[in-house]
Amino acid sequence: MDFDNGLPIYIQILNLLKIKMATGEIKEGDKLPSVRDMATELKVNPNTISRSYTELEKEDLIYTQRGMGTFVTEDIEKLKALKKKMATKKIHKFILEMKELGFTKEELSRDILELKMEED
Amino acid sequence: MENIIEIKGLTKKYNRTIALNNIDLDLKKGKIIGILGPNGSGKTTLIKLLTGLLHETKGVIKIDGHIPSVYTKSIISYLPDRNALYSWMKIDDAIKMFMDFYEDFDEKKADSLLEFMKLDRTMKVSELSKGMKEKLNLTLVLARKAKVYIMDEPIAGVDPVARDQILKAIIDNYEENSTMIITTHLVKDMENIFDEVVFIGDGEIILQGDAETLREDKKINIDDIYKEIFG
Repeated sequence: MDFDNGLPIYIQILNLLKIKMATGEIKEGDKLPSVRDMATELKVNPNTISRSYTELEKEDLIYTQRGMGTFVTEDIEKLKALKKKMATKKIHKFILEMKELGFTKEELSRDILELKMEED
Repeated sequence: MENIIEIKGLTKKYNRTIALNNIDLDLKKGKIIGILGPNGSGKTTLIKLLTGLLHETKGVIKIDGHIPSVYTKSIISYLPDRNALYSWMKIDDAIKMFMDFYEDFDEKKADSLLEFMKLDRTMKVSELSKGMKEKLNLTLVLARKAKVYIMDEPIAGVDPVARDQILKAIIDNYEENSTMIITTHLVKDMENIFDEVVFIGDGEIILQGDAETLREDKKINIDDIYKEIFG
């Protein structure tokens, strides 16, 4: 796996895990690989994985049970909120980029509707 | 955190050539540290001073509080930048030699590493490819339970599959109470395993820092920083 977009690797890994949670590739209550296994698998420093896990724990998306391992939250609402938050972020980014291209909000909504109709 | 290595005013000259010029360097315990620099930058000289194979012209090196000595050699497991095993040996002979030499050599660990590397004790050193030799040497180095592991260019000149196995073996055998010091000029392939990086050029320390902090501050990866410095 390449981590070459200039962000700290722990952030790239936690983003990767968030995407997997949002898409349901990793589900509520799933057990995550141990820090060591994940580090070997991704060929990164184990301390980096620990840091990604710690950050996800701070956001209540995963939790660690002593001697058992690390698990994804059982709270489906939290995962839904994560998905929503990620979508909102992407939409904002998209709108910003379209504004930079000189589109107004009205033009943008019209174009999206047209595209949607073509696809339907 | 405690320093496992402390270097002050270290200079090494070969006749008139200055290989290391008055460097200061502290390395923290429990980290994987990358020493990065092009060929001829002074990396191998630094490693040979740490392992006691060379003597400094000036300055002080302290490893776990001791100057390079019999004690420091006993706590350092060292992978040289070239194969040091005799070609008449079988892998089994190499294992036995290491068991004789080093009290901290763990035979079980050696066997599990050999299995991981797809090597076995009956193979002859003279019949191993370059990548297999490197994997064997790394097996011997990692099978010791040392406080400090020093690896000089562990992935230079090996194919991508062997490279992967070597990286995985290093990660898998890293322990929080030991320190790994790894030199490389193949930064892109190795940067993800470093906690800390030290850039060396023309015998001087150009930059030292936490790898993630450097990525965050400069918004580029370590390989790009390397290219900025040495490119």
